[in-house]
Amino acid sequence: MTLDLSLTLAARHLELHLSLGPTETLAIMGPNGAGKSTILQVLAGLVKPDAGHATLGDRLLFRMGHHGRWLPPHERGIGLLAQQPLLFPHLTVVDNVAFGPRSTGASKAAANASAHEWLREVAAEDFAARKPAELSGGQAQRVALARALATDPELLLLDEPMAALDVNSAPFLRSLLKRVLATRRAIIVTHDILDALMLADRVIVIEDGRIVEDGPTATVLTHPRSAFAASLAGLNVLSGTLNAESVITSDGVTVTGRPAGDWGPAQGEMAGLAAFPPSSVSVFLTPPQGSPRNAFPVRVEALEPQGGHIRVRAGLLAADVSPAAIAELGIVPGSEVFFVVKAAEVLLYPAG
Amino acid sequence: MPALVLLSRRSPRRESRNFQAVPRWIFLLAAVGALFIVLPLLGMVAKVDWAHFIPLVTSEASVAALLLSLKTALASTTLCIIFGVPLALLLARTRFTGQGIVRALVLLPLVVPPVVGGLALLYTFGREGLIGSSLQLLGIDIAFSTTAVVMAQAFVALPFLVLSLEGSLRTAGQHYEAVAATLGARPSTVLRRITLPLVLPGLISGSVLAFARSLGEFGATLTFAGSLQGVTRTLPLEIYLQRESDPDAAVALSFLLIAVALVVVVLAYRSPRAPRQATP
Repeated sequence: MTLDLSLTLAARHLELHLSLGPTETLAIMGPNGAGKSTILQVLAGLVKPDAGHATLGDRLLFRMGHHGRWLPPHERGIGLLAQQPLLFPHLTVVDNVAFGPRSTGASKAAANASAHEWLREVAAEDFAARKPAELSGGQAQRVALARALATDPELLLLDEPMAALDVNSAPFLRSLLKRVLATRRAIIVTHDILDALMLADRVIVIEDGRIVEDGPTATVLTHPRSAFAASLAGLNVLSGTLNAESVITSDGVTVTGRPAGDWGPAQGEMAGLAAFPPSSVSVFLTPPQGSPRNAFPVRVEALEPQGGHIRVRAGLLAADVSPAAIAELGIVPGSEVFFVVKAAEVLLYPAG
Repeated sequence: MPALVLLSRRSPRRESRNFQAVPRWIFLLAAVGALFIVLPLLGMVAKVDWAHFIPLVTSEASVAALLLSLKTALASTTLCIIFGVPLALLLARTRFTGQGIVRALVLLPLVVPPVVGGLALLYTFGREGLIGSSLQLLGIDIAFSTTAVVMAQAFVALPFLVLSLEGSLRTAGQHYEAVAATLGARPSTVLRRITLPLVLPGLISGSVLAFARSLGEFGATLTFAGSLQGVTRTLPLEIYLQRESDPDAAVALSFLLIAVALVVVVLAYRSPRAPRQATP
């Protein structure tokens, strides 16, 4: 019982393949416009790809091409929870939740009973008789979740379900999702690393329509292979050729560090990455002497206040420095400085 | 301007507190526009012979014409709903080659003079017509019957319903329908339980427009159905006929027609609701 999807959609430059186990929750992350939501819409049957196929268990969802088949959305058994709750405005809360069971043939009484059960599950039973317009954003989204679950979908698709909620409602929905997703197969598109950490077993990162990361959430965050995952994890990542204790970038810069694992330096040269957190980077006006350090000459692009420190951005790299240091060194956007990081703070690992 | 007051959507006092991006000179032009419609009505009301109003509008010919008008307009509106809703759905929700041409053809009765529409119906369903000659063999004779009146009215009124409903469907968007489909609802279920309830205000206002247009139909009716008392002579035809012989009766009936139309329009727009729009 796995989900198997492969799709090509030229209009969104999408081309990817993914599969998902029976109770696995997958987080899809990536920059805006990467086509994350489009993947969900293809699975739900709302957007047709140019090519590809998908199976859910032993059921064919679609196969494009000559002898193609396209299962319409209502026959797929795939639930969708979007950023907006989209509760039917002319129906009461309980009728919204009962809509799915009712549409798939349940009797009115049975649909109502199941609707009340699911409303209780999302702590929204008190609103059963209300109209959607009388609910807050967080309440409405909980009801929308109950509505999606009431059809007992084989696959639940969540398209940034927390994005439109205020900071007070999001945590409640997140812990609710954690509970209901534990025993279900789901795909969640999110911008929030917290969602991926709490809800997903696995995360994929999509950039330019391709999967650039795929693995357990913790691994992707500690060993990011893409610029996007690195920025999610708040890490600086440089790519190049890996050998025993350094990565040499395509610009010829040598980044020394410590190997993150035993990949066998005997294997010779291979593609690798060097990662280090911005907090380990110090900023100097002149290159430091001695000690095993890496020094990168950079031009400062932006200064961003972040909590108690200032994040100094320069190209692919970032450094976290105290406001006092910024003032002392007189750093402004455009300054030519050196980012310095100790070799012991740099983690080296193979790409791919 | 009683009509304007009745049609205003909210109490003007409540709205004037908020910012309005309307320059003052717009009010002047709008007032002239409103007067242009209201003054002739007042002019006509002034000509009504109130002393003999009741006998004038309750004469046998008048009552027959009024009842026929209401009956046929109702039937024509029903036809417009039965065939206009599917047309609007196809135009708003689907894409097919020649869709632009279909839309243009559906809207054609809006711009074609009703007399021309009546002639077209006559040469199609009339005794010598394209289809009419075959129907004749089956013993069905449409032209110059009450059926012809209903057909003439539906012909000119259909675009009003289609236009109004297509606009509502586009404004409502497809988000709710997509959600309903992912919940397992078949297309017919989505149409019945989601789409139609959501565009109900648009469907009602479209039906009212179609009814009002049917009620006022003159040219196509006269051409295709003739003017036979109790069978095809609707209120507008009766008014036109009386205009020569009994101007007082014509004015009284005109007032009656306006009153009926006004009641229908006001009832339908009493609490206007915009079609619900989903935020994408």
